Amino acid sequence: MGRETAKAQQGTAYTVEQLVAFNRYNPDILPDLENYVNDQVSSQTYSLESNLCLLRLYQFEPEKMSSQIVARILVKALMAMPAPDFSLCLFLIPERVQMEEQFKTLIVLSHYLETGRFRQFWDEAAKSRHIVEAVPGFEQAIQDYAIHVLSLTYQRIPRTVLAEAINIEGLALDKFLEHQVANSGWVIEKSQGRGQLIVLPRDEYNDPILKKNTADSVPFEHIAHILNNLS
Amino acid sequence: MADHDEQRLQPQDLGYDPNFVPDSVKSFVVHLYRQIREKNVYEIHQLYEASFQTLSERHFKDTPWPSVDAVAQYVDNDHVFCLLYREMWFRHLYARLTPTLRQRIDSWDNYCSLFQVVLHGVVNMQLPNQWLWDMVDEFVYQFQSFCQYRAKMKNKTEQEIALLRQFDQAWNVFGVLNFLQALVEKSAIIQILEQEKEGLEQFTANDGYDYNGGSNVLKVLGYFSMVGLLRVHCLLGDYDTGLKCLQPIDISQPGVFNIVIGCHITTIYHYGFANLMLRRYVEAIREFNKILLYIFKTKVYHQKSPQYEQILKKNEQMYALLAICLSLCPQSKLVDETVNSQLREKYGEKMSRMQRYDDEAFAMYDELFSYACPKFITPSAPSFEEPLVNYNQDAYRLQLKLFLYEAKQQQLLSGLRTFLKVYSTISLAKLASYMEVDEPTLRTILLTYKHKTHAVDSAGKVISNADVNFFIDDDTIHVVESKPPKRYGDYFIRQVALVCLRLQCCLCFSGLSRIIIISYITILFLHVYSFKG
Repeated sequence: MGRETAKAQQGTAYTVEQLVAFNRYNPDILPDLENYVNDQVSSQTYSLESNLCLLRLYQFEPEKMSSQIVARILVKALMAMPAPDFSLCLFLIPERVQMEEQFKTLIVLSHYLETGRFRQFWDEAAKSRHIVEAVPGFEQAIQDYAIHVLSLTYQRIPRTVLAEAINIEGLALDKFLEHQVANSGWVIEKSQGRGQLIVLPRDEYNDPILKKNTADSVPFEHIAHILNNLS
Repeated sequence: MADHDEQRLQPQDLGYDPNFVPDSVKSFVVHLYRQIREKNVYEIHQLYEASFQTLSERHFKDTPWPSVDAVAQYVDNDHVFCLLYREMWFRHLYARLTPTLRQRIDSWDNYCSLFQVVLHGVVNMQLPNQWLWDMVDEFVYQFQSFCQYRAKMKNKTEQEIALLRQFDQAWNVFGVLNFLQALVEKSAIIQILEQEKEGLEQFTANDGYDYNGGSNVLKVLGYFSMVGLLRVHCLLGDYDTGLKCLQPIDISQPGVFNIVIGCHITTIYHYGFANLMLRRYVEAIREFNKILLYIFKTKVYHQKSPQYEQILKKNEQMYALLAICLSLCPQSKLVDETVNSQLREKYGEKMSRMQRYDDEAFAMYDELFSYACPKFITPSAPSFEEPLVNYNQDAYRLQLKLFLYEAKQQQLLSGLRTFLKVYSTISLAKLASYMEVDEPTLRTILLTYKHKTHAVDSAGKVISNADVNFFIDDDTIHVVESKPPKRYGDYFIRQVALVCLRLQCCLCFSGLSRIIIISYITILFLHVYSFKG
């Protein structure tokens, strides 16, 4: 992820991942990590580990903190939903910093996503374009998250509900659906007089009957352990 | 181990003479020194655990032990022994008196010297695991204590502030983390644990000791430092990194971490807490359940141990954390009957109030969290400019706030659960009217339920923590009853282990009979697998 760009910029043999792995507690890598956040934004890549490492360094030396970089990290973390990355970042950011207007907005956005309120989310995001549009791929990442959580929940979903969650309507939605039908196994049904129903592919989450009974397996190590004791 | 600053008596008030060495102390250090030189781990352990406590109780209840300079002559002025002695000296001081800033700084210097010696590999001793664990544990504790102390800036004297400025490297967070990390790296413990899986090392089997004439000190300190790192990261609110630091230790298997009870508890407490904060409730519940059951069963054996009070306190805290987990993720089927009845006794009433999600319920979440959470710290130095303010509560307040925020996001789920439990199918419109919300709002609640009950693990895999599951088809909700899976696998493993044990007890295996038994057991396992398949 972003390996080539990182190398080119630093002119050293180390990738940022290596820097983080071997110098986890070294204040000197801070500028490299800041550059790497910008790389992640421009190259649409993501590394939670290096971003957490940077927030940690800010936590240790608050005078070096850059609000702009923190905001970018938080937007990237929102884009990683459903993973809990946004909370992980907030745990490390001092409360007085979280009081800044741009962070307050991001926290509200996160709250809407955490509680499935996509309509409010898109309205709020539209009001704060300057924050989210600075990061390419934002809209699509959130749409992916919406589809993830809808797929956990619905077997068949009304078109209007889907449209609201992913914030796509009309012709654009037709096009999107066409793509999903071709690539992701979606099926479009016509229900009597009430518009389209979208059939989402079934998995163990929206159709728990499919859940394999994996709870009852014996890990190989346990057997190995017992056999080992015998020999 | 609470730090009541300023109120406690200072040693000079009690006529403490650092140069006076009672005979019993003389003989204690002489013995300890000799046993260390002769590598008699058992005797060292006796002196360290029992004699040190007894002597402290008898002679040094309210005063420090004699200064290291006073005892050095009895131990050939041995450099390493003196460092170890001072480490105990400070530990005793922290436990019984209030350390001054000067003493805090001196203790830091002593840890630096001690760890430097260990890291440079010149230590050739075999020390008891308990002692090595206590070193790491105390090192982290004193760091935490220092951060708390420094954050109370309001009533610092000018002299203290000058000292803080002058010795800004003492208990510096980078220094603390780098020492722990250096111990992990230098000891190569991660590689050792890896190789052990392939049978190339005998670290766990030997309880970390070295029976080939080498020293266990670096290796075991490195091992415990991984737990130390987990704890420091939890104190900083860095849960993900904390869990990563612990990863080389497989806590589902017996290991060196669970032969020292204090280490076992510290590991699981922080592991469970980090998982709770990451919303991986099922994982937290499982581990809390296991250790609470273990403590319940073994409590009596620790009654005389100096750690007993600490064990009881962590025990209570983990019940509180378990109560929180089960309120957010009501899966009591994961909890053993014994633990469950203890839990009901302690928190039954609070837990039923927490289900209501009104103001009072949040007050309960607040209370239990505040009681059971780690003592969070702000790692950075204060600005020494006026006005001097206290910031020792900042880190705790932030973690509490974020936790309560999470609890609030889940507040409507409890009501939803109640309905999901009684219907097998219900239309959205009907459920919306029962729950007194409109249909779009109900849809968001249902999405929230799915999102919050499906955690994402460190590998990005979705794990269901759902107690009741459902799916929506158009505008009808279908509830799926989750049947607890019957655990044949576990049962068989337990039976086989029992058979093995009995056989081993009464038979001394010859080559042939061993092969027969192994084949017999292999056949048994094949049965288990085909039975499931």
